[in-house]
Amino acid sequence: MSQNNISQNNMSQNKQTKQRKAVALISGGLDSLLAARVMIEQGIHVEGINFFTGFCVEGHTHAIRKKDKAKPKRNNALWSAEQLGIKLHIIDVIEDYKDVVINPKHGYGANLNPCLDCKCFMVSKAMEWLKENDFDFIITGEVVGQRPMSQRKDTMPVVARESGANDLLVRPLCAKNLPATYPEKQGWIDREKMHGFNGRSRKPQFKLASEFGFSDYAQPAGGCCFLTDKSYSVKLADLWQAQGERKYEFDDIMLLKMGRHLRPRPHFKIIVGREEGENNFMEGYKNQFTSMYTLSHTGPFVLIDGKTNEDDIKLAAQLTARFSHGRDASSVKVMVRQADKKEFTLDVTPIPSDDIPKEWYI
Amino acid sequence: MSHHTLDARRLLCPMPVIKTQNFVATLAQGDTVDVICTDPGAKNDIPAWCRINGHEIIGMADKDNDIVITVRVDNQNN
Repeated sequence: MSQNNISQNNMSQNKQTKQRKAVALISGGLDSLLAARVMIEQGIHVEGINFFTGFCVEGHTHAIRKKDKAKPKRNNALWSAEQLGIKLHIIDVIEDYKDVVINPKHGYGANLNPCLDCKCFMVSKAMEWLKENDFDFIITGEVVGQRPMSQRKDTMPVVARESGANDLLVRPLCAKNLPATYPEKQGWIDREKMHGFNGRSRKPQFKLASEFGFSDYAQPAGGCCFLTDKSYSVKLADLWQAQGERKYEFDDIMLLKMGRHLRPRPHFKIIVGREEGENNFMEGYKNQFTSMYTLSHTGPFVLIDGKTNEDDIKLAAQLTARFSHGRDASSVKVMVRQADKKEFTLDVTPIPSDDIPKEWYI
Repeated sequence: MSHHTLDARRLLCPMPVIKTQNFVATLAQGDTVDVICTDPGAKNDIPAWCRINGHEIIGMADKDNDIVITVRVDNQNN
């Protein structure tokens, strides 16, 4: 069939029933998988979109840590798209997302998680994509009452309004609890074939997953963002306090995920690799930070973040020795490498564990 | 048809997938690209991305500490 014939056929179809297209926010969790599937069942052409903020780092931990190497690795958003038989567009939003984390209009949740602002941001980004790609509406897996900050009855309209999606935002899992959207009013989709899920119970989702034949799905949404993690948020808050301002670079938020973090002085902290995988990954930063490792004994790779003087370097070396197999030795030789590649060694006595105040651990 | 190389070393997934996705979008039908990665997760993720977007994996090899994944571009359905 020639291109012209295809175009003529499409035009003919357009006059009858135009194939409607929806972009689905695919997190890799169960709800977005189900929401997209509900729309596919109604004959909608669905493509997925997934946003990489830099904080979706669960897979990173597995990739870095040697002890996790045996765990199966997969990107759950890609896996979801494959189960659905749809395309997935993964968008890097690291830079744009900074403002969401640093200045959330609606504030944070229990940790540094700006969930409501995040949802508004992602739907607004999906709206941009929709316009650029001539799609008709947006699908999310949101459920009224499912999450304490971003998925409440009173915040559902906030997401629709502040994202600019308004009534082009369809939530197939709880649509019956919400006002009719534009696609419903136009008859593109059937409200009666959507759902009225409500609250924190996951049973309706599990039942629907079973009906669709999905069994190997990822954990519910929320757990894939490190901003919901208390210890991660504490480290990010420490970073901001040390810098004197709320800002971050991508490398900062990556390094917060690995190693032990200790801040012996307000102006510097050390990041101590906990195992071989982390040590290897952290070595990639040796031209950006002063780093150190023990020569006389096996031990961790350590990065020094901050401006340091001679005493600071000695203290960092004593801590490095403390976390090495020379922790009980009278003297440990430590290699110090500056970011400018200048190297020297120090012989130090490991700092006794009792001399490390708990407050140093971030 | 031309052959290309894409350096995605020291990037953790999904960044190698994003780099591959964005680079492949600039290529022509039948072009091939060697994506060089270090994250073992790319061994699953880049083939998964290719399957759902209609591209073909024509090679995957470990070379020293790198993983080289060769993709043949198929834009017919895009």
